[in-house]
Amino acid sequence: MTTETPIAADSDLPRHEDLVEERLVLWYFVAALTFMFVAMLAGILMGLQLLRHNPLPTIELFSPGRWRMVHTNAIAYGFIANAFLGLMHWIVPRLTLRPVLSRSLSYFIFCAWQFVVLSTAVGLLMGEAQGLEWGETPVWIDPLAQAGLLLVAINFGTPIIQVKGPLYVTLWYYLAGLVWTFLTYAMGNFVPEYFVCGSSAGAVGGLFIHDLVGLFVTPLGWGMMYYFVPILLKRPMWSHGLSLVGFWGLAFFYPLQGIHHFLYTPIPMFLQYGAVLSTIALEMVVVTVIINFVGTLWGTGGAVLRNLPLRYFYTGIAFYFLTCLQCALQTTLTFQALIHFTDWVVGHAHMVMFGVFSMWQLGAMTYLIPRILKTDWYRPDWCEVHYWASAGGLMVMAGDLILGGLFQGWSWAALQPWESSVNVSIPFWSVRIVAGLVMFFAQVLFMVNFYMTWRKSRTLAVAAA
Amino acid sequence: MFEKKSGILLIAGVGFFAFAFLSNAVIPILMYRHLPEKTVLEVVNGNVRYQFEDLAQRYPDSFTAAYGEPPSDPEQAAEWYNAKCAEALELGRKVYIGEGCWHCHSQFVRPVSNEDRRWGPVSKSWEYQNRLQRPVMFGTRRVGPDLSREGGRRSNDWHAVHFYQPDMLSPKSPMPKYPWLFDGAPDKPNARGLALMTYVQWLGSWLESYPYYEDFQPTPIKTIAATEE
Ligand code: HEC
Ligand code: HEM
Ligand code: HEM
Repeated sequence: MTTETPIAADSDLPRHEDLVEERLVLWYFVAALTFMFVAMLAGILMGLQLLRHNPLPTIELFSPGRWRMVHTNAIAYGFIANAFLGLMHWIVPRLTLRPVLSRSLSYFIFCAWQFVVLSTAVGLLMGEAQGLEWGETPVWIDPLAQAGLLLVAINFGTPIIQVKGPLYVTLWYYLAGLVWTFLTYAMGNFVPEYFVCGSSAGAVGGLFIHDLVGLFVTPLGWGMMYYFVPILLKRPMWSHGLSLVGFWGLAFFYPLQGIHHFLYTPIPMFLQYGAVLSTIALEMVVVTVIINFVGTLWGTGGAVLRNLPLRYFYTGIAFYFLTCLQCALQTTLTFQALIHFTDWVVGHAHMVMFGVFSMWQLGAMTYLIPRILKTDWYRPDWCEVHYWASAGGLMVMAGDLILGGLFQGWSWAALQPWESSVNVSIPFWSVRIVAGLVMFFAQVLFMVNFYMTWRKSRTLAVAAA
Repeated sequence: MFEKKSGILLIAGVGFFAFAFLSNAVIPILMYRHLPEKTVLEVVNGNVRYQFEDLAQRYPDSFTAAYGEPPSDPEQAAEWYNAKCAEALELGRKVYIGEGCWHCHSQFVRPVSNEDRRWGPVSKSWEYQNRLQRPVMFGTRRVGPDLSREGGRRSNDWHAVHFYQPDMLSPKSPMPKYPWLFDGAPDKPNARGLALMTYVQWLGSWLESYPYYEDFQPTPIKTIAATEE
C-alpha cells in the first residue's frame, strides 16, 4: 500500500518483531479501555445527577461537577490518547520500516502518561481543577504532560524523519499531529492561565478547545484511517489528489476556528465572523476527505458488511459526515443563538468523540488484538454485539441530545422560567442514560472478551511449548 | 513541498499554527491592550463589600473561624475587610472551578435569545479584564442559568440554603448538593462556603445597575427582623 517505500525482496524487509513492540501496543489498549470504563462511570454519575437520582449525593469525593471533568479528561487523555499511542506503536514502525527511537523510552512514556492521567483524575477529584475547558488538568501536572508530549514527538518523529523521499499520507498527518499536539497543549494550558485574561483568554481558550479536537484527535484519527482502510480493502486510496486537498485544507482551516466556541461573547465580532467562515470552509474540505474514502470503498461495499473492523471504520466515517453536516448548521450565528449552551452541543461532542474517533479506535483494536495475541477472538459474536450496541447506543444518545437541545434553546428564548427548560429536558436525559448504559455494557463486554482472548492465547502458548 | 517532511513540519505544523495564533489570539490581545488586568483587590467594590460584611453579621461564628476578628479602628477595619474579601474571592473562584460549577453555569449574557431581558445588560469586554477572569469563566454549557448578573439578586441566606440543598428552594433542581461547604447545617458555612457565596455575590457587582436580574425582589430582612421583635 505504501507505494513510496521501495519494495525490496521480502527478505530485505525488517522483521515485524524487530519493528513493533507488540506488548506495548497491548498495554496501551488495556490502559485506554480502563480509562474508558472510568469515564463512562463518571458520565453515568453526572447523567444521574441531572435526573436528580444521584446515588451518592453528599460525598465530597463524588461531587458530580468534579466527575464531569473526570469524564471528559479521562476520555480525551485516558482513552483517546492512549489508544492513539498504542496504534502509533503499530503503524509508525510498519510504515517507516524503522523502529521507534528507543524501546526503553517507549516504556517510560507509557508509564509517565498513565501517571499524568491518573494524577489528573486524582487532582480533579480533590477539587484542584484548572479553569480551562479540556485543560482542567491541575496546573502542577501541566509541565509534566508537556514534557511527555515532547518525548512522544521525539520517539515517533525520529523514524518518520528518517524516511527518504516523500511520505505516505498517514505520516503527513502523524508528523503534523505530533507537532500540533505539543504546541496546542503549550498554548492552551499556559497562555490563558498566566499571560492573558478576559476576552483574550477566551479567544485562546476557544483555540485550545478546537485545536485539541482538530489538531490532536483529528489528524491522528485520519492518519490511522489512511493506513488501515487501504490495507483492509487491499486497494490504494481512490485519489491521491484528494488526500492532498484534505490534509492541507484541514491543516489550514482547522486552527482558524477556535472562536466558534465562544460566539456572541465580547470577543470582537469580526474575529467571530472569521471563525464562522473558516468553519464553513472546513466543511468543504471534510467532504473531499469523505468522498475519497467512499471512492476507495466503491464497488466493494459488501466488505463493510462482512468485515467487522472495516464496518467500524466506515460507521465512524459516516458519523463524521453527519457531525460535520451538523456543524455547518450549528456554527452559523442564527443557529448559535438557539443551540449554544444546550445539549445540542453535548450531542455533537458525543457523536464525534465516540461515534467517530472511539469507533475507529475500537475497530482497530478489534482488528489488532487477535493479531497480537495470535489467536482468534474468544467470542467473535461478542465483537458483533459490541459493535451494534456501541453504534446503536451512540446513535440514540446523540440524536436524543441534539433534539433535546433544541427544546432547551426554545424554552430559554421564550423567557419561560428556568425550571421549564429543566423539565423539558428530563425525558431526553432519561433516554440518554439508557443509551449510555447500553454503550457501557458494550464496552464491558468487549473488555471481558479481550481478557478471555488473552487467557486463551496464554493456554495456547503453554500448549505449544 | 506538499508531501515532503519539511513542508509538513514547517508550513503545516508550525506555520499554520502560528498564523492561527496570530490571527485568533494575538489580535484580541492587542485590541485589549488599553484595558489592563485588574488585581483581585482592585475588583473589590462597595457592593461585594456590603455582601461580605453581611456574611460577617449573619454567620459571625463561621466568619471569625475563617477570617478572625476585624481590627476595632474603623479605618483599619475597612482595609481589613477589603483584604479578606479579596482573599474570599480568590478562594471562592477556586471552589467554583474545582466543583465544576462553570460546566453548568455560564458567565456571559449574549445579545440574542432574549438574554438581556432575562439577565440584564449584555456582557462587555472590560468586565472581564481582571485576575479572577484568568482563565476566563465564560463557560460553554448552561444546565443552570447564567450567573454573570447573579450578585445581589439573592440574599446570602438564600445561597447558603441553596448550596446546602438546592431542591429546598428550587423544587426538583438538578443542581448537586454541596454539604461539604458547611459544618453540618446551612447556617454554618465553612471557609469555602463563605468564599463561594462572596464570589457569587461579586458576579455583576461592578455594574451600576446591580442587582440587575429579571424579577429582582429585595429580600425583606428588615421586615422579618421587625416582626420578630
Ligand atoms: C448539574 C449542573 C449544576 C452544577 C454542577 C451547579 N449548578 Fe447551580 N444551578 C443548576 C440549575 C439547574 C439551577 C436552576 C435551579 C435552581 O435554582 O436550583 C442552578 C441554580 C443556581 C443558582 C441560582 C440562580 C438563580 O438566581 O436562580 C446559583 C447561584 C448557582 N446555581 C450556583 C452554582 C454554584 C456556585 C455551583 C458550584 C458549586 C453550581 N451552581 C453548580 C445547575 C448546576
Ligand atoms: C468540521 C468539523 C467540525 C466542526 C465544523 C465543528 C464545530 C463545532 C462547533 C461550532 C462547536 C461549538 C458549539 C457550541 O458551543 O455552540 C463545537 C463543539 C465541540 N466540538 Fe466540534 N466541530 C467539528 C468537528 C469536531 C471534531 C472532529 C471533534 C472531536 C474530535 C469535535 C469535538 C467537539 C467538542 C468536544 C465540542 C464541545 C466543546 C465544549 O466542550 O464546549 N468537533 N464543534
Ligand atoms: C456511559 C455513557 C455516557 C454517559 C452516560 C455520558 C454522559 C455525559 C454527561 C451527563 C455529560 C455532561 C453533559 C452536560 O453538561 O449536560 C457528558 C459530557 C461529555 N461526554 Fe459523555 N457520557 C457517556 C459516554 C461518553 C463517551 C464514550 C464519550 C467519548 C468518547 C463522551 C464524551 C463526552 C464529552 C466530550 C462531553 C463534553 C460535552 C461538552 O462539554 O459539550 N461521553 N457526558
